[in-house]
Amino acid sequence: MLNWLTQVFALTQFNIQTIWQRKGSSAAALFGIAGVVAVLVGVLSIGKGFEHAMQASGRPDTALILRSGADSEMMSGLSRDVTRIIGDAEGIARGDNGALSSSELFVIINLPKRSTGTDANVPLRGVEPPAFGVRSEVEIVSGRSFEWGKNEVIVGVGAAREFRGLELGGEIPVGPERWKVVGLFAAGGGLSESEIWTDAGVLQPAYRRGSSFQAVYAKLESADAFQSFSDRLTTDPRLNVKVVRQTDYYAEQSQAISGLINGLGSLIAGLMGIGAVFGALNTMYSAVSSRTREIATLRALGFGNGPVIISVMAEALVIAVVGGLAGAGLAYLAFDGFQAATMNWQSFSQVAFAFDVTPALLVQGIVYAVLIGFVGGLLPAIRAARMPIAAALRES
Amino acid sequence: MSDNGSLVSVRDATKTFRRGSEEIRVLERLDLDVPEGEFLALMGPSGSGKSTLLNLIAGLDRPTDGSVTVAGERIDRLSRTKLAAWRARHVGLVFQFYNLLPVLTAERNVELPLLLTHLSRAQRKKHVDTALGVVGLTHRKGHYPRTLSGGEQQRVGIARGIVTDPTLLLADEPTGDLDRKSGDEILELLTALNREHNKTIVMVTHDPHAARRATRVLHMSEGKLSQEAAE
Repeated sequence: MLNWLTQVFALTQFNIQTIWQRKGSSAAALFGIAGVVAVLVGVLSIGKGFEHAMQASGRPDTALILRSGADSEMMSGLSRDVTRIIGDAEGIARGDNGALSSSELFVIINLPKRSTGTDANVPLRGVEPPAFGVRSEVEIVSGRSFEWGKNEVIVGVGAAREFRGLELGGEIPVGPERWKVVGLFAAGGGLSESEIWTDAGVLQPAYRRGSSFQAVYAKLESADAFQSFSDRLTTDPRLNVKVVRQTDYYAEQSQAISGLINGLGSLIAGLMGIGAVFGALNTMYSAVSSRTREIATLRALGFGNGPVIISVMAEALVIAVVGGLAGAGLAYLAFDGFQAATMNWQSFSQVAFAFDVTPALLVQGIVYAVLIGFVGGLLPAIRAARMPIAAALRES
Repeated sequence: MSDNGSLVSVRDATKTFRRGSEEIRVLERLDLDVPEGEFLALMGPSGSGKSTLLNLIAGLDRPTDGSVTVAGERIDRLSRTKLAAWRARHVGLVFQFYNLLPVLTAERNVELPLLLTHLSRAQRKKHVDTALGVVGLTHRKGHYPRTLSGGEQQRVGIARGIVTDPTLLLADEPTGDLDRKSGDEILELLTALNREHNKTIVMVTHDPHAARRATRVLHMSEGKLSQEAAE
């Protein structure tokens, strides 16, 4: 066994030392694999960033109450009487000014994208004062908050970055009027950063919604209080509502888009991966071919087939790992934090988010590279071990 | 040893190759005995089968029919893995084009066969120094093959061939790529290994001048040993 390992070590060292002599084909395979990994990690980082934006928005101790049967805020509708009963329910946390329960209105307005100038749907949310307590992560980063009862809005930093007219001091069309942007807010990278907020009390008449709302956001006393709170509301004969934990709601909302992105990303990376396998195959075949006589000499001296196969595989894997690391590094530098926006099909509105190259994605990329190296190295390795020694010794 | 006391005994050996649908018979029911301590030269024109015969004795190839026995072992019956281990133990090989690994120094090239043994690093170094001393290249041990002359590279090749103290030293056209002076030095070395160290050597050569150094010369033609001449 020791002898076998010594053979493996000696041959592997020999193969790796000679990579530089085949720098052209080795570099071609290395860059091919790096490109595949960069694309894979880059595309999947879009999905991760979107998921992060959606998940950062949700808290397990926050409940979202919609009309029974509604899948999203857009489809929901709740009267003021209903939202009052909900606000008075047991289990809701209390702040300095009462229950942390915000009845909210959710409408869509059209604004041009900064990047293309084309119109896109931007969510405009009417909130009540407890909204800032329910979403404690929201903080004004520029300007001030809107005044209650006035036609003023504050804008999430993601929306301000993506759409025209949302900069501090800008104006947006709301019905026949133009409302002023008086502040920008951040929300820990969450979904709220893609929204515009205003006083629900002024948004209702602007959109002729009377006194109705679409959802209630309630911060509960604890995450564990959710089930009893939900049971209480759903069994109340005066109410016809569904209660969803906020984290579950956003997870469901992000499913379609992140599924699409991840599916497409994997497909693209899969197709490119096939190309990279052929690149690695070509490199390793040429590596084996250029050393036919040397490999044959080693086998003539008594080195076994197993160590020959492992050493050729090791060379392919070294190229693949270096390519994988280069690709992952490139993806991190090029994509991590890259700002973008996409349509959330559940709410028919744009979600601003940042590409998120996570350590798990980097590892996934490198594992993919190793897989490419393994497949690309296996056949040439077997060929190297199977060549008739006597004939191979005479190769020039 | 084989039954008749020879170190190498080839019996009724036939070797055929296929080229497309054509069958080429390279060795034809050939018999050969090589006693221990002999320096045998195999001569003959290209394609006569002398290298094929050498490959059979080296365990690099197998006869289509017949047997090859070396030091009492039927090597034509060994599995591929066992044959590789057998070669490492019993055979030293010297090639026409030296077949040194270009990325390794002379010293490390010579050390290669020792990696297949259980010797410690210190023991391996001692053996390498001895082998390089025998071929007169101790002072060049840190050099890479590209910085050595053809004659020096072949001497490194011979050092690699003898470093494990093999039962048999097999040389395929060892002077074929060298000028006369370097070739003579190599032949001198092989002669010394045979005479002073009692190495059994089988050498394939085209060159009658080289063959004259051997204790016995056999001529091959069309896959048969056609002539034998004592020198």
